Amino acid sequence: MIELRDVRYAWPGSRTDGLAIDALSVATGRTLFLHGPSGGGKSTLLGLLAGVLLPRSGSVSLLGTRWSDLSGARRDAFRADHVGYIFQQFNLLPYLSVLDNVLLPCRFSALRRERATLDAGSPTASAQQLLQRVGLAPALWARPAAQLSVGQQQRVAAARALIGRPEVLIADEPTSALDADRREGFMALLLEACRAAGSTLVFVSHDERLAARFDERLSLATVNRAAPADPSETAS
Amino acid sequence: MKALLTLALRSAWNRRATLSLVMLSVALSTFLLLGFEQVRTDVRENFSQSVSGTDLVVGARTGSVQLMLYSVFRVGSATNNIRMSSLEAIAQHRAVAWVVPLSLGDAHHGYPVLGTTADYFNRFLYGDREPLALAQGAPFADGIDGLYGVVLGAEVAQTLSYRLGQRLVLSHGSGELDGADHADKPFTVVGILARTGTPVDRTLHISLESMEAIHLDWVGGAPMPGVAIAPEQARKFDLAPRQVSAALIGLKGRAAVFNVQRFVAEYAGEPLMAVLPGVALDELWDVVGVGEKALMGMSAMVALVSLAGLVAVVMAGLNERRRELAVLRAVGAGPRQVLLLLAGEGLIVTLAGALLGALATALFIALAAPWVQMHYGVNLKLSVPSDNQWLLFAAVVLAGGVASLIPGWRAYRMSLADGLSPRV
Repeated sequence: MIELRDVRYAWPGSRTDGLAIDALSVATGRTLFLHGPSGGGKSTLLGLLAGVLLPRSGSVSLLGTRWSDLSGARRDAFRADHVGYIFQQFNLLPYLSVLDNVLLPCRFSALRRERATLDAGSPTASAQQLLQRVGLAPALWARPAAQLSVGQQQRVAAARALIGRPEVLIADEPTSALDADRREGFMALLLEACRAAGSTLVFVSHDERLAARFDERLSLATVNRAAPADPSETAS
Repeated sequence: MKALLTLALRSAWNRRATLSLVMLSVALSTFLLLGFEQVRTDVRENFSQSVSGTDLVVGARTGSVQLMLYSVFRVGSATNNIRMSSLEAIAQHRAVAWVVPLSLGDAHHGYPVLGTTADYFNRFLYGDREPLALAQGAPFADGIDGLYGVVLGAEVAQTLSYRLGQRLVLSHGSGELDGADHADKPFTVVGILARTGTPVDRTLHISLESMEAIHLDWVGGAPMPGVAIAPEQARKFDLAPRQVSAALIGLKGRAAVFNVQRFVAEYAGEPLMAVLPGVALDELWDVVGVGEKALMGMSAMVALVSLAGLVAVVMAGLNERRRELAVLRAVGAGPRQVLLLLAGEGLIVTLAGALLGALATALFIALAAPWVQMHYGVNLKLSVPSDNQWLLFAAVVLAGGVASLIPGWRAYRMSLADGLSPRV
């Protein structure tokens, strides 16, 4: 499903590699917890997984397709079709309603639009199902995303990442802005929704307390053989 | 593409407070461009419609534009008069079909008074060779019979609410001086002309003899002290005019026009000139064209400034939207789509502004046309936009689209550099 081999990545202008991973793979439907402290090449790895960054050498493949084999436009289309992504925070477009935010991937991917239609009859119905599953009251669906609390926003982000059942879900510390109670709730519903969709999950966090819920656990510090040096990593 | 357009619309709507200001400035500059173009063409149209069927205009030597301006458009005044005897000599030329003398200088409530012959109403043509038509009454007769009869242009009658049979007093000169009225010899309205959309509408027409009669006891622009000639007494004087301001000339055939023009120019009795109305108008446009170009240039600059404002506003908002761009990348938008999104936003604002400006132009024409007609005699017409106006409109929108590529390009670079981790 996800396969990294001999990956070397250096940020533009940097002479030393920020990331060096010899081998990393996640099987279909599995959930992986990646423990990564700030500055450990976390953003770089996620960028590589999502096909936004390309390694200097080695290969990153998803579903048997190497990102580097695709053109820039094809990578964007491939990402739209097969990858759901959740940021730490600020996941939503403030000028769209909650529902429209969830439907966003369907605007860019015909495949996910089809699958969402298959799931619930229409993309909108599928979005509503997902919002229900992540526990967002229907009263909030038409609201502008900016009016939601951080916890609510993260749940909307999860629903968006899952619409149209993308094969891969990447979550970049999605709980770091949540308090303990909400964190527990969010983790439960994310993993549950992920399993229901059959998506492979890569979850990055520095909070090791979450690790127990996952099928596999890995420390980025041990996988990444490059010296953590790049200052841009600490910034994000 | 449709997905991007709706996103661009929603995004623009979200920042409508700032963007609507930019849109207004685009609207204003579009209004300037379109409105100016409209006024320009309507003025030209108006001028060229003002006289037709007249082959030559004869007057004392001056600029041909000036001769046209005072004889046909009633703007400015004659520098010198010409003798009737000269006109009689011109009328003798075998190529000349008719001569209609024009005598100017007096006014009534700011409207010019034209002394001419009854022939004027048959000979003078405007627009597409249309003759003057009387809405009410009849033209004055030449000679003693038509004395103190006045035929009003449509606008004069309408604005001053004059009816047939009404008595009115003419003023000497432009009518700005007190005590320079021809109050002793009031005129009677004998005819009211139908509207023509030309300076004729703003003119009061009297016979040449009437013109002589009211000036019998005047000398050098003021009443002669101690001399007063009653209206009835005036009939006993020789009222045959000796001088007029200018004359319209019709030829038997257009071919002789340069012949007659040369004949007039070489006339030995006094220095005269003859101009072809079309040629004189072209000269006028040459003169006016410089000013028109300058104004058009200014309007274009205003449009550029407003588009620069648009670029500045969209650019300024860009840094705060880096996260938004990252979100778009994450859901599958490519850098190119990010570029289109930003450029589309600018284009939408420009288009909305340009449409608003076009609407404002139409509204302005509809509302201001009667006022402009009254004060300047120019007939602004609300109609389908002209080719030039379409071009100007398209130029604004196109320039807006091109200008919007600047923030679009910057967003493209940003989203390439940031990927999914915006550096905010």
